[in-house]
Amino acid sequence: MIAPGAARRLRLFGLVRKETLQILRDPSSLLIAFVLPVVLLLLFGYGVSLDANNVRVTVVVENPTPEAERFIASFANSPYLEVSVMRHRADAEADLVAGRADGVVVLRADFAARLERLDTAPIQLLLDGTEANTARIVRGYAEGVWSAWARQEAMARGRVASVPVVAEPRIWFNPELRSRNFLVPGLIAIIMTLIGTLLTSLVVAREWERGTMEALIATQTGLVELLAGKLVPYFVLGMLAMTLSVAMAVFQFGVPIRGSIAVLFGVAAVFLIGALAMGLFISTVTRNQFVAGQVAIVSGFLPAFMLSGFVFEIGSMPGWIQVLTHAVAARYFVSTLQTLFLAGTIWPVILPDLGAMALIALVFLSATAARTRKRLD
Amino acid sequence: MTGHAVKPEPLVTIDGVAKRFGGRMALDGLSAVVMPGRVTGLVGPDGAGKTTLIRLIAGLLKPSAGAVTVCGFDSIADGEDVRGVVGYMPQRFGLYEDLTVAENLTLHADLRAVTGGDRAAAFQRLLGFTGLEPFRGRLAGALSGGMKQKLGLACTLIRPPRLLLLDEPSVGVDPLSRRELWRMVYELVDQGIGVLWSTAYLDEAERCQSVMLLNEGRLLHSGDPTDLTRRMEGRSFVMRGLDTAGKRGALAEAQKRPDVVDALIQGRSLRLVMREGASAPVGAGAVEPVRPRFEDAFVSLLRTSGGDHAATGVVPSITATAPAADEGGFPVEAVDLTRRFGDFTAVDRVSFMVRRAEIFGLLGPNGAGKSTTFKMLCGLLPMTSGTARLAGISLAHAPALARARLGYMSQKFSLYPDLSVRQNLDFFAGAYGLAGGVRRAAVARMIDGFGLRPFVGSDAGELPLGFKQRLALACAIMHEPAILFLDEPTSGVDPLTRREFWAHINAMAGQGVTVLVTTHFMDEAEYCDRVGIVYRGAIIAMDSPDALKESARDAGLPDPTLEDAFIRLIERHDRARETA
Repeated sequence: MIAPGAARRLRLFGLVRKETLQILRDPSSLLIAFVLPVVLLLLFGYGVSLDANNVRVTVVVENPTPEAERFIASFANSPYLEVSVMRHRADAEADLVAGRADGVVVLRADFAARLERLDTAPIQLLLDGTEANTARIVRGYAEGVWSAWARQEAMARGRVASVPVVAEPRIWFNPELRSRNFLVPGLIAIIMTLIGTLLTSLVVAREWERGTMEALIATQTGLVELLAGKLVPYFVLGMLAMTLSVAMAVFQFGVPIRGSIAVLFGVAAVFLIGALAMGLFISTVTRNQFVAGQVAIVSGFLPAFMLSGFVFEIGSMPGWIQVLTHAVAARYFVSTLQTLFLAGTIWPVILPDLGAMALIALVFLSATAARTRKRLD
Repeated sequence: MTGHAVKPEPLVTIDGVAKRFGGRMALDGLSAVVMPGRVTGLVGPDGAGKTTLIRLIAGLLKPSAGAVTVCGFDSIADGEDVRGVVGYMPQRFGLYEDLTVAENLTLHADLRAVTGGDRAAAFQRLLGFTGLEPFRGRLAGALSGGMKQKLGLACTLIRPPRLLLLDEPSVGVDPLSRRELWRMVYELVDQGIGVLWSTAYLDEAERCQSVMLLNEGRLLHSGDPTDLTRRMEGRSFVMRGLDTAGKRGALAEAQKRPDVVDALIQGRSLRLVMREGASAPVGAGAVEPVRPRFEDAFVSLLRTSGGDHAATGVVPSITATAPAADEGGFPVEAVDLTRRFGDFTAVDRVSFMVRRAEIFGLLGPNGAGKSTTFKMLCGLLPMTSGTARLAGISLAHAPALARARLGYMSQKFSLYPDLSVRQNLDFFAGAYGLAGGVRRAAVARMIDGFGLRPFVGSDAGELPLGFKQRLALACAIMHEPAILFLDEPTSGVDPLTRREFWAHINAMAGQGVTVLVTTHFMDEAEYCDRVGIVYRGAIIAMDSPDALKESARDAGLPDPTLEDAFIRLIERHDRARETA
């Protein structure tokens, strides 16, 4: 007979080995851990962009003059716009209606004349409001081009344009304003939520469905061994998925890492334990793979996607939803990841986030332990 | 002083135990003991409470009342101590199908803290004991049903327990493996281990030194099974030498007589159990007394204890099922039916013909290919190769036409549990294309014929099992099919419900309906006119039950059972395969 402590270690070791063998033989958990992050990163990394590139703008010049030519040139210089020129306003409007153009700038026939007379020449801007984001960008851009051009024209004529204040913005952390730089770190948080909860939500339910759990709990295997036997192998799998995601972010998408990589993985470990514990909890309560999978998506992935501030800014949500976001672990992970990738190891941001994630993990672990019984009723 | 042997202490003491799930009483006021060094059979139909009792003993459920003591430990308060002395094999093979035989054993050795030299010795002993040595590296999921059970047994025996709980270890297992499982259990018992073996097969009760007979959560008998069968002495008879029409007539006749407790068809004979004190039956065939079986005693107990159906030995019968016009030839022709799933051949060149009004059975263990054959014949599953004709219509050329001639009742009774009895009937009538007056007439005929009147408004899910089965049968025959397919229709039901069901089947066959049925119960196969024995996807023998039994007769076995015949056939088949 061996000592109780040694027996416990032996049981835990046996369970971890069993789970590992199952992972290696079951393509579905490997798919979730390694193919899912790649697909999601490619899909979101390339598919979702909040930058305006290749915005199609039509400039209608009713009366070509040198001034109008200079105006068109300043539009055409932009790398973000594709400019085409037309003579008739009706043609451009038709393009806008048909979706062939994102915006139309109209220089009326008296453009040059008014510039001459009034020192300013109003332009008309027509936008497609169904694409609100693009419309805002085109508007901002058109206004910028117009005011720069107006200043130049004024200087060329030896007059000072009446622009009292000029803002000179400096953008920190992401000077090019590449949305990918903050989307990809956020996306890693979403991916880790999905992987963590999905992986474990299926495994305990699977044991119940196949009747193996009944055989397990009829042995002297304790609660801690049962839970740890599940957590340890999936933790390793989850951290490998994390490594893959970070590598893709850096090498595929060129996102900088300005903070400490050790801290990055340390925070990820705490978050992953929480996500895995949440999956275990779902699995333990539902005891059914199908239901557990659904619940994992609805309670894990969707809140992480909507309420983490990954795409949708928390600050612009209604107050009570903002309160709700505090229960979503991904919220803290998104903020820490964005900080570590783009700003650096900023402890005043990371520490509170880390504390919140640890608390959430603890809640799910103890809830799972409380719901795991060594009985069937 | 008289030399009194030390009476061994019971391993398990069940004291006034009740278990309630919600409003349902699964077990009610049970008291019994399990002794070491013997096999105690926990016998009863599905839903009797066998699994619940085993889980209570294993400490996996908490009794609602009373207490269970295992080796001096309370099953709940001292749960961990109980788990240390009990080996438990759940009904659904509690092993990992994606792990190999050796990996499953290793896991259980880890869980039970068997290490080093002890572990190596245990593996060697158990792999030899179960004959699994050549399959160490095979995935558990790829083992046959019998080998799975042996592996399950081996895992629970890594550290020899004092009490071994086996929940239906033999269900659906082929008869050869079943016999080996029993041999292993007897060896364990000789080493002093107490074994509790639960089963729905009543013939297994006779292999136990002690039984607990459970029905609907109540203990009908506890103790030596021969105590029960001895009470039946002189009341069991067999009427031999009947032809097909004769046996059905004699059966219907016998079921109406008040002095007959039980009557059932066995091949070309009729087995009769008489009421206590009644005289020997007289009838068309030669009557001779036979040794009573455990099932006789169970049926007699159920009839006298007054259950749902005890009052009605007579079974309502549908009368208006018009037989199909005689097309001549065979209503069912299957030629070289083959079905492959990937590189696994589930059904391998199965051929048979079934005559009109014949009851044809496919007998075999789970996974042998019975249901797959049925599904192909009913057009529910495309065949890989082969041809099938139903009522002379080719399934390949006119599947819809062929399907209109058949009725199909699946293992799971495809009823809508949240619809009422009438709504189920209406729905199926509609599905068969019956409308208006024809539909109303068909529904009324089924309600009257199957005695469903008291339940028309109840949800199908809440019916007693026997009535659920009647309703499922009614739904399958509303369109008056010429051919009826029954896929394991009576798996695990109590013997009275099964008899009632077969009374319907016999009545329908008597009216010209051709019946095909699958089963893994040996005795149920004897109700059939002809039986095909299915083993690993092939029919290895096909004949009347009497002729099959006859083929196994020799000096060592003067009166073989159908199971003996089955085992002979398997052995012969395996030998032929090895030499091939």
